[in-house]
Amino acid sequence: MSTPRLLLAYLRARPLTTLLTVLLVALGLATVVVVTLVTRQAEARLVRDAAGVDLVVGAKGSPLQLVLAGVWHLDVPPGNVPLESLAALRANRLVASAIPLSLGDSFRGFRIVGTEPGYLALHGATLARGRVFEAPMQAVVGARVAAETGLGPGARFVGTHGLAPGGPEHGDAPYEVVGVLAPTGGVVDRLVLTPLESIWLTHEGEPSDEAERRILEAEREITLVLVRYASPIAAATLPRAINASERLQAASPAFESARLLRLVGVGVDGLRAFGALVLAIAALSVFVALFQALSDRRRELALMRLLGASPARLFGLLLAEGLALTAIGVVLGLAIGHGAVEAAGRWLALRGEWTLTGLDFDTIEWAYAAGALALGGVAALVPAWLAARTPLAAALPDA
Amino acid sequence: MSGVQAVAPGVAIDALRVERGGRTVLSVPSLAVGAGAQRAIVGPSGCGKTTLLSVLAGLLPVPEGRVTVGGTDLGALAREGARALDLYRARRVGLVAQQPLLLGVLDVLDNLLAAQHLAGLRVDRGAARALLARLDLGSLERRRPRELSRGQQQRVALARALVNRPTLILADEPTANLDDANAEQALALLAERAREAGATLLVATHDARVRARFEVALAMSPAGGAPGVGVPGVGAPGAGAPADPEPRR
Repeated sequence: MSTPRLLLAYLRARPLTTLLTVLLVALGLATVVVVTLVTRQAEARLVRDAAGVDLVVGAKGSPLQLVLAGVWHLDVPPGNVPLESLAALRANRLVASAIPLSLGDSFRGFRIVGTEPGYLALHGATLARGRVFEAPMQAVVGARVAAETGLGPGARFVGTHGLAPGGPEHGDAPYEVVGVLAPTGGVVDRLVLTPLESIWLTHEGEPSDEAERRILEAEREITLVLVRYASPIAAATLPRAINASERLQAASPAFESARLLRLVGVGVDGLRAFGALVLAIAALSVFVALFQALSDRRRELALMRLLGASPARLFGLLLAEGLALTAIGVVLGLAIGHGAVEAAGRWLALRGEWTLTGLDFDTIEWAYAAGALALGGVAALVPAWLAARTPLAAALPDA
Repeated sequence: MSGVQAVAPGVAIDALRVERGGRTVLSVPSLAVGAGAQRAIVGPSGCGKTTLLSVLAGLLPVPEGRVTVGGTDLGALAREGARALDLYRARRVGLVAQQPLLLGVLDVLDNLLAAQHLAGLRVDRGAARALLARLDLGSLERRRPRELSRGQQQRVALARALVNRPTLILADEPTANLDDANAEQALALLAERAREAGATLLVATHDARVRARFEVALAMSPAGGAPGVGVPGVGAPGAGAPADPEPRR
């Protein structure tokens, strides 16, 4: 016989109450854990995709839209900018590097991005097979694209105009796949990369003479430029200078992603509040369970006093019971939370969307677990205090 | 009587008075029972028998007068602190009541082990099992109290009372709700085990069957009144003199 065994005997004596209380704690904590893991991984992904990009320069419009289109490839770009802007940016000594992107076409829903090999380095992408594009109409495809479309080195495909599937095909200009990228877990997995020239060639008609060719070349455009600053001073001056121009707009991914997360954050906070509410109800359930136990066990508590247990012992026993209920719930809640995220991650992986893993752990979960435990302990305080005051006389009903 | 006085005192009471709500609920001018003796305390319901047992068991502090059990002054013990009284009760007193004093969520063996554990004693599974075997309860070790018959429950409760080797066994109406055969068996068992353990046994009852078996140490009058003077068993006067007026059995 030991205190834990005594505790276990009481928990098992009322399986339904115990189960209900444990489940409430578990579900409350699981909700908070799921919200935490999903937002954390989403943020990590947003930040990783934006790594190395200090500024996105594109056509006038919504800065958030520009960043969504240029960094995360989630929105359509606001418009195009002249090719000279790229040269102008590269000439600026505040700019360390500038990578152009040309958007507008897609292949089976995957975006075809006209760019330069520097874009691969920006995302830390390496080749799994083949080589990097060297000439127009050559393409390197992301891991996800290769897996879903079956494209590999040597394969040919035709782009579709527009970013959604089902647009008119550029039938006269097929691409040739020269390389496949290794999975990065980032946005590059879902892109088809090709030199800028491919986009121009696909969209320009065949020039009839040299003069027309020069005109076409002079009119060439790109969609946006990913800029990395040369020095911190650039952050203060460069965006303002660009935004003062007539056609260009500069947007900071860091600033825009913070703004985006603030917008989404309202919903996330709502979910967190819901989890906290369930936890509060769970604490109430701990209180009710113990309070009920108090009246059920008045004689037994007095009997324990009779058998030598001090009031402090009874206080400890009830407190431990509340903590044990919560602790089991906490362990179960962590398991359910991580399990749910992992299950969702696998399901999403099957559909080729966001990558989520339940094997992630945020240190704030310790705080949540400790908070839930503390809540259970506080809920147990009053019943425990009342238990400690059980009069000895209750053991022996007066004859 | 001189031979008896050499024996260690079992229970000695001098001028004990308990008041509740300004009313005297118990008054025992004098009582002395030798160590190892087996005596009855008789009186109708409500005369304060349970209150007297509660004082002897250390459930109630001694408000007025002097009570010693096995040489220990309970009043002094209470002044040492609540914990001292808790441990006295847990280790030196075995209490058997009308209701079996058992923890419902624990099985028979665990009830005995819990009694050891809560008394702060070493949990001795072997001793507990041996005790159960001696009381013919060996096969019921893993049963819960509610799965047992009334008589079995009482035997388990007795085993629970004995497990910490008490020096004083207090039985409060142990034969209530029992038929003649069961009552006789329960009393015989109580007497036998108490003798075996070398413990003093006090049985509080209004049951004539108990009077037939044990000598009466104290006869109490109704409504907490003073015990009838001259009734056999009322202790000889003299503060703290541990005298047993009756020849020991």
